[in-house]
Amino acid sequence: MAGKTAPLEDLSVAYVMDPVAAADWLIPAPVVWCLLIGALLVMLRKRTALQPLIAIPALAVLALMTIGLLWHVVVNGTVTMTMGRWLPPFGISFTVDLLSAFFAVTSSLVALAAGIYGRSDVDDSSRRYGFYPFLLLIMAGIIGAFLTGDIFNLYVWFEVLLISSFGLLVLGSRPVQFDGAVKYAFLNLIATTLFLVTTGYLYGLFGTLNMADIAIKASELRGTAPLMTLVTLFLLAFAMKAAAFPVNFWLPASYHTPRIVVSALFGGLLTKVGIYALLRILGMLFPVEREELSFLIALAAALTMILGVIGALAQNDIRRAMGFLVISGIGVMMAGLALGSPAGLSGAILYAAHSMVVMTALYFAVGIGARLGGGFRLSEAGGLYTRNAMVAGLTLVLFLSVAGLPPFSGFWPKIMLVKASLDVGAWWLAGAILMTGLLTTITVGRIWALAYWRPMPDTVSGEAPDERDLSPLSMGATAALGGLVAITAAAGVWPEPVMALAQEAARGLLDPSAYVQSVFPVEATQ
Amino acid sequence: MEALFAVLVGALFTVAFYLFLSKHIIRILMGAAILSNGVNLLIFTAGRVTREVPPVIGADADVLAANAANPLPQALILTAIVISFSFFAFLLVLGFRTFQKLETDRSDEMRLAEPVSEPSPPLGY
Amino acid sequence: MRTIIFRSIAPFLTSLMVLFSIFVLLRGHNEPGGGFIGGLIAASALAIYGIACGVAAVRRAIYYHPIAISAFGLFMATLAGVLSMFAGVPFMSGLWIYPEILGVELALSSVLIFDVGVYLVVVGAISSIALGLEEGDRD
Repeated sequence: MAGKTAPLEDLSVAYVMDPVAAADWLIPAPVVWCLLIGALLVMLRKRTALQPLIAIPALAVLALMTIGLLWHVVVNGTVTMTMGRWLPPFGISFTVDLLSAFFAVTSSLVALAAGIYGRSDVDDSSRRYGFYPFLLLIMAGIIGAFLTGDIFNLYVWFEVLLISSFGLLVLGSRPVQFDGAVKYAFLNLIATTLFLVTTGYLYGLFGTLNMADIAIKASELRGTAPLMTLVTLFLLAFAMKAAAFPVNFWLPASYHTPRIVVSALFGGLLTKVGIYALLRILGMLFPVEREELSFLIALAAALTMILGVIGALAQNDIRRAMGFLVISGIGVMMAGLALGSPAGLSGAILYAAHSMVVMTALYFAVGIGARLGGGFRLSEAGGLYTRNAMVAGLTLVLFLSVAGLPPFSGFWPKIMLVKASLDVGAWWLAGAILMTGLLTTITVGRIWALAYWRPMPDTVSGEAPDERDLSPLSMGATAALGGLVAITAAAGVWPEPVMALAQEAARGLLDPSAYVQSVFPVEATQ
Repeated sequence: MEALFAVLVGALFTVAFYLFLSKHIIRILMGAAILSNGVNLLIFTAGRVTREVPPVIGADADVLAANAANPLPQALILTAIVISFSFFAFLLVLGFRTFQKLETDRSDEMRLAEPVSEPSPPLGY
Repeated sequence: MRTIIFRSIAPFLTSLMVLFSIFVLLRGHNEPGGGFIGGLIAASALAIYGIACGVAAVRRAIYYHPIAISAFGLFMATLAGVLSMFAGVPFMSGLWIYPEILGVELALSSVLIFDVGVYLVVVGAISSIALGLEEGDRD
């Protein structure tokens, strides 16, 4: 029966291929680079002095690569590379549009800051157990998830970043870390398994996993296939990864347990990968189903932001308060997704980029504050302003930025989102965003007043020694903090370029024809 | 055949989620192992199971026979098996180390990261 | 498990299994086998050796730390994909050369490099977990 059947497709197309342009190598380059350097660093794990010397320049190169990729996309539009000379629906495509490139640039800048900060925060034994290798590997996972154009491949990158994050989470092996890691690991396992289940259903319905192909076929299958079930499952899986209420409980249980630089990296980047997946799959592939679910998403968003910030308000441990603020920010991004309009989506994209930078910087600031002698407990902290006015000032900038006050980067996306929700008459969503801003201001204002402004309390009880290493403040840590603060201030004062970028990215999500054309150039010309 | 497999997948999921509800880490771990098997079976079923011809292109043909099995779910399952296997191995080590460090495998006794007696933050200045 | 029979058999069993794993690895391109399954066989060989003769003996025998082996494998597999940059084809394309060595045509490919990389990743990662658990038993 396996006779010489006439081939349905023109097979010769698969073999005759234009040579890959050198600039197109920028598409897989960030991921490949992270894997190579990560593997090299694992081999060099005994040479703890050498590791940062390799890792920090490597992260700088990574940032340059992603900036080059963003430039490539801005100039040439959406670009695609399909691995291994397969034709698109069958091979794994890396398709980079503005959204992917924008998130990749932001995350690689954050990773560079984390690498610099880690030099002073991570001691020798943690380096030997792999802080820098895991940092590079987790970046491979994160950037791979941003760049891929294939749903199963997205799952694989989720797992790569998840397994590296386990390694980072237990770095240092304190009992409290194992406690946090157990909850983190099992709940994330359920989330990714749910993602895999949904991918299986998706394949059963569509017979393809390529995102561009799905975007084409979704309109044909709508009405005959149970797409709502599929999209609801995707929503649940990614909302769990993004830590949206009511599936957020793994985050406050674990994010404050590892070293502060690891918390910073997680708080800045990991949940945003979930948001990215929501934007990509619900926003781009299934816009009609997202519209059906928009009330549910909006409700979850409002509850996430309000309950997140109320949780932050109730914490005595500053790191845990920061964890709740991460959740609250996720709510704001979900609100943009729920609106689904160009303004809503671009607000969500801009807020996600803002949150990557600011949450990482906030954890850095908290870590520096603890090292200056404040500790992590609000009831015992104090007097940081008199110790180091510059750090206190930088922290204040971050606090204002996370609360969404002008002139910092949190202000503009919130304005966009509030306006977008009022445009569709969702006054309660706009009210929730504004209420969250107010409560966040109260939370961070109290932290600043207690830990920075008031004089050092007399009764400084001994913290656990492992939580408080009073090493002198290093240049690197301050520089990392200062760099991120500079980004948030610059994006706040001069928001036009990033806003234009976010709006263009949102337009690309709402009208995926450029994305599809990049993957299937032949079909588009027919 | 698909209906039978669907019931089986459902049964595996039920068992897995029942185990997830347990307080003991070791049972949750077993639930994870069963769940990953259930998912693999699900992907396999989603790729349709009735075909009998292996997806191998003969020496004298250019393309697969029309009724050959779908090779893609098999590749997906292989990947998923590898990932869930490494995941399971990691969780096993994590659970074991946690048991050594915290001397409990009951999740409701793990309150180090979220202490019950955490005081409220200061209400006044 | 340190019975005399097991301890005398284990080195032979281990070397046989490692040999078999390399066989499985090399036949993998066109027939059942490959890097992953070969790596699992080799890792279970090391685990058996560890059960019989102790973890320290295994660590001495493989010389490099298992994690380093695994990292080298990852490095190699990634490099195998990068090779296609020089051929002007997309990442991870299979490239083949057929050199004649001692009168025998040998099919060498970047796919083989990738597969050996996978083999090393699996050997390293699984044996490091297995050895870690075996060590943990004795605490």
